[in-house]
Amino acid sequence: MHEETVYDALTGAPDDARWAFGTGFDDPLAGVDTTVPEGVAPADLGAYCLMLGDDALVLAQRLTEWITRAPELEEEVAVANIALDLLGQARLLLARTAAAGVLGPCRERAGASVPDEDALAYFRDPGEFRCTALAAAPNGDFAHLVVRLLAAATLRLAAFDRLRSSRDPVLAAVAAKGVAELSYAREHAARWVVRLGDGTAESHRRIRAAVEAVAPLLADVFTPTDVELRLAAGGAAVDPAALRAEVLGVLDAVLAHATLEPPSWPAGAPPRGRLGDHGPEVAELLAGLQGLARAHPEATW
Amino acid sequence: MNGWPLYEVFVRGKRGLNHVHVGSVHAPDAEMAVHAARDLYTRRNEGVSVWVVRSADITASSPDEKDPLFAPAGDKVYRHPTFYPIPDDVPHL
Repeated sequence: MHEETVYDALTGAPDDARWAFGTGFDDPLAGVDTTVPEGVAPADLGAYCLMLGDDALVLAQRLTEWITRAPELEEEVAVANIALDLLGQARLLLARTAAAGVLGPCRERAGASVPDEDALAYFRDPGEFRCTALAAAPNGDFAHLVVRLLAAATLRLAAFDRLRSSRDPVLAAVAAKGVAELSYAREHAARWVVRLGDGTAESHRRIRAAVEAVAPLLADVFTPTDVELRLAAGGAAVDPAALRAEVLGVLDAVLAHATLEPPSWPAGAPPRGRLGDHGPEVAELLAGLQGLARAHPEATW
Repeated sequence: MNGWPLYEVFVRGKRGLNHVHVGSVHAPDAEMAVHAARDLYTRRNEGVSVWVVRSADITASSPDEKDPLFAPAGDKVYRHPTFYPIPDDVPHL
């Protein structure tokens, strides 16, 4: 052991917290008190964390589909970094879901050696996923990537910003960690939207088409489910309806900076994805996401 | 997309150290170059500050000038502070 000196402060301690490759992780919530606060229904809290976790997991998968397809190597790494951040959020949120007691039949489908959060990620069927269409919609061109990422990161950042004061301390800690990650993702996407919108005639045309394609995906993201309403009343969750003005305000500001007319944002629609009602694209996405784990549930690497 | 200019990237690891050249990135402009540099060169918590400079804006010495520029310093051993013992626990010296 090297003698501790004042110079240690200069070099800093090794921080391996961002390494996340391979199997054999420790429990991500090890050492954390996962007692659900009094007055908060564990089933509701688990269902809510599943919604937030599924959005992150599914969007991370969509971003990952861009790997080997991005316009430049530098941009590919940027997209991969954002996907990894989302995957980290998903892992914590799915672990929180399981710790709140919400697992369902996926626990039986997965082998005993599969951790709870992996059972939730890899052994649920499409109808058991709670992601919104904004996260799950198929990829388009690069303009679609950055517009969808801008909308999703803006929405998620607005929610996480408020969740930092959630009555569930675990959810509050996950949100506090995620705010910096989402701020970066939102800024990165916004910079691209501005550059493409205020770029060439072709980039402007493409970004405008992407806005038209992404705007309808916001129809149900501001509509609360009963679970969210109950939790929000108890101070554990955010009512997404309360985010609408802020999120659309940010999007309008970025689009104006990008010399784009704001689209006619959709009126509120009843929740679909949050209730497990998805288009076929979710089953296709999950086939890619889950195929290996289901074929070789004991696999390690 | 080969038209993106090249930027040289300098990262400062910790407070109190100087920026060190770590590599280069392609980017459409300087702000995006900072993002690309952050994503490529500070992935493992290496940095607290990033500089980017257009590679084309760097003026470098020519290999042809190597002797006139650097050879005269080669035999001036008295410029080296070699007679001071350096403590083992002083890093970055």
